[in-house]
Amino acid sequence: MTNSTGPQIKRRGLLAGMGALFLGACSKVAETKIGSGLLDAAEDWHRKAHRSLASRMALAREFEKEDISPYFRGNGTTEIDTPEYQAAMENQFADWRLEVRGMVDTPMSLSMDNIRALPQRTQITRHDCVEGWSAIGEWTGPQLSTLLEAAGVQQGANFVVFRCADSFRQGPYYESIDMVDAYHPQTIVAHLLNGEPLPVKNGAPLRMRIEKQLGYKHAKYLTAIELVASLEDIGEGQGGYWEDHHGYQWYAGI
Amino acid sequence: MARPARKHGLITRLWHWLNLVCIAVLFMSGLNISNAHRLLYWGDWGFAAEHAWLEVPRFPHWMTIPDHYNLAVARDWHNLMAWPFALGLLVMWIALIVTGRFWRELRTTRKEWYYKAIWADITAHLKLNFDHGKGKYNFLQRLAYGAVLGIFLPGMIITGLAISPGFEPAAPWVVDMLGGRQSARSFHFIFAWGIFAFFVVHVVLVLLSGPIRQVGDMITGGKAGQRGKP
Repeated sequence: MTNSTGPQIKRRGLLAGMGALFLGACSKVAETKIGSGLLDAAEDWHRKAHRSLASRMALAREFEKEDISPYFRGNGTTEIDTPEYQAAMENQFADWRLEVRGMVDTPMSLSMDNIRALPQRTQITRHDCVEGWSAIGEWTGPQLSTLLEAAGVQQGANFVVFRCADSFRQGPYYESIDMVDAYHPQTIVAHLLNGEPLPVKNGAPLRMRIEKQLGYKHAKYLTAIELVASLEDIGEGQGGYWEDHHGYQWYAGI
Repeated sequence: MARPARKHGLITRLWHWLNLVCIAVLFMSGLNISNAHRLLYWGDWGFAAEHAWLEVPRFPHWMTIPDHYNLAVARDWHNLMAWPFALGLLVMWIALIVTGRFWRELRTTRKEWYYKAIWADITAHLKLNFDHGKGKYNFLQRLAYGAVLGIFLPGMIITGLAISPGFEPAAPWVVDMLGGRQSARSFHFIFAWGIFAFFVVHVVLVLLSGPIRQVGDMITGGKAGQRGKP
């Protein structure tokens, strides 16, 4: 070859071609049944590995007061413009109700006073967003297990679904967890952040804390807790807003 | 009849190519994940520009898996390939130790850690003289392979585990050792680019030292005693 740039350009073209082939192969693999099955299986293996490495009740790290970040970032929905929510906000959420329903012996509708009267847990924990950032805050509220025991969970209930007052871009927000996380001691229905009622951007007046999973699982603006046997008939069947509309992993421990 | 000795063992060869695929997918899906939040922090927390020590560029789509911004699909690939990557490295390390290859071929000795000897090695490389005396790999090679196998690749796994909230309760000391979750995330990023730098140097040296034979040997095993490996 007399032209010295010849082979180099060829090589670069070859590399780019190989790169494109590789990218193409990846999206082809993901579209096949086996490919997408493999991706789901990997998510399952991570959940099982996490849960077999530590006790299922092992606690997420709790921090000291001085570790709390100067403010707590709000993400996803940070305000709700429905007339119902606006009215509730003006009323300082005095008439907000939280329903516990579905596969329970005693469906309940709790007032904010009812929730504040239950035994409380306060925890300073780190919130990890799927995007990569973290913030630390102090959360207070009753454990979800307290509510579940009061309502009496029926045999065959496998998941807890959280219903929310907000809709994000493609529809109403909701989330779900299994019974292992539901009975975890740090899974609480928080009504205080750093000792103050929750700010609107952080989910006023009630939000979930599910400390061993990423932020999108921590449903905000909580209106109902629903016990179900299967997630198939809820939303689009994937177990949450982000799971339904954006393909996020249902198990968000990684 | 004894089998002829190979330059590269079967496990080394299988792992080498499996690892290449794993790293390519992990790196390219990782760049897509990086695009979701381009700020890096030290310590336990950080979520805004005023907490960050570095803002990384937005990586173009030809570098990422998938070839458009999609955090969910990128995380799917990242979480899938983490398995063969981590298990493959574990098998490779067991093989290196059990076969004695680590001790014979990768270990550096104390008398090599002298400025003069290291400088002689560097100048020989810069002069593209790849004929290094006795022993399969020269000092710089052993240093590079040792650092990649012993620090950077396991470092990716450890920092990756440390940023998983579901893993943290199993071994909170891992996160502490790294200085908090956001520090672990920063190290994850730094190690990834360290591996990329190794990849570039590795490929350049293969190209300069008889690429067809080098790549062929890494597939077939080659013959023991051949020299001139980058």
